Amino acid sequence: MSDHSSPVAGHDGHGHDSHDHDIASHVRTYIGVFVALLIGTVITVAMYYVHFESMALTIAVALFIASIKSFLVAGYFMHLFSERKMIYGILVISAIFFVALGGLTLWGMHDWPTGAEGKAMYVP
Amino acid sequence: MEIPYTDKPRPDTGLYNAKLGIWLFLASEIMLFGGLFSAYILLRVNAAAGFWPEVKLAWPHGLLNIPIGTFNTAVLITSSVTVVMAWASLKMHNFARFRMYMIITVLCALSFLGIKSYEYNEKFTHYEVRLNNGEAYTGHLEVDGHHAGFWEFGSIYNLEDLKAKKDLKSLKFTADPPRAKPGEHVHGDGASHDHKIMDLKLDEVAHLDAFIPRNHTFFAIYFTITALHGLHVLGGALVLFYFAFLSNRLWKTNPEQFTNRVEVGGLFWHFVDLVWIFLFPVVYLL
Repeated sequence: MSDHSSPVAGHDGHGHDSHDHDIASHVRTYIGVFVALLIGTVITVAMYYVHFESMALTIAVALFIASIKSFLVAGYFMHLFSERKMIYGILVISAIFFVALGGLTLWGMHDWPTGAEGKAMYVP
Repeated sequence: MEIPYTDKPRPDTGLYNAKLGIWLFLASEIMLFGGLFSAYILLRVNAAAGFWPEVKLAWPHGLLNIPIGTFNTAVLITSSVTVVMAWASLKMHNFARFRMYMIITVLCALSFLGIKSYEYNEKFTHYEVRLNNGEAYTGHLEVDGHHAGFWEFGSIYNLEDLKAKKDLKSLKFTADPPRAKPGEHVHGDGASHDHKIMDLKLDEVAHLDAFIPRNHTFFAIYFTITALHGLHVLGGALVLFYFAFLSNRLWKTNPEQFTNRVEVGGLFWHFVDLVWIFLFPVVYLL
């Protein structure tokens, strides 16, 4: 496979030493994030065996850890910490629609059909 | 005609075109999974209070295998780091290492799917039985000495199937030990281990069904979301396999474009990992 190695060298006409060094430091970050993600998973599962009185707290803790993990994946693995403005724009728009979608669903829960129609829906 | 901006950024967006494309696609994917997560929340919040299976419309807890789910989470996280390492290897002009990391990624994807299939099989062969006297059990069914399996869809039974089976000789049901209620699972698994083996009489059974989508809204949404996610894993694995073995020519002719392709494939793969990061606690633990 050595015939494949380093065709990039010379392609853009300048040395790669500093660039390579950058990437090498990224690689160390990736491994750090990997370890953090595994620890996050273990904590999530451990939390399941700790009994919280309130269901809301259980859900909040689980989603909080999941949010941190997704923040790490999106930020480091998907390079969102150093991305172009246009991608942030796309993500802000999808975040708004995502919240709207969830919000409409929750809103819908307070607006069940009433009367005979509603009863018919509830009967298993 | 040459495709523009495959290796150099487009001046107005500052991005090569494929990267803009994948992010727009991922935005649509957020809405796709967002819709299903909303459906999950709606079903979960509106489930009857109480403990399933005693309360028929309550939400079932503890039916999924948490150690296996945890292991699968670790497998997917590993694949997420190896795919970014594969991209970094290309950036460092090391194709051999890129290929090694890609192969590990694809193997992780296949392991994930294999483990998921095992879990599905566990569900297809696990039954809920309700007797006319109100008793409810979960357990395993043996029809004429035969257990149903993943590849035998014809042998996933319900009550009507069994009643229609004229030559039925024996119907054994091995009930699970009573399951721990929430809050009781702090000491070990909290359950006794005596399996109750019963000979079922069909006229005493009110309801009998395997843990398949039609049985409970929990399984309906569980199979829908995890199967859609599984299809994403499969699709991603095919693309990454293609990068590892079938598109080396591009690496020789236009390494920048190839590296960008791998980055785009990696972005999709991280998204699949992200979905699972939420899916695992929501479906297995809540």
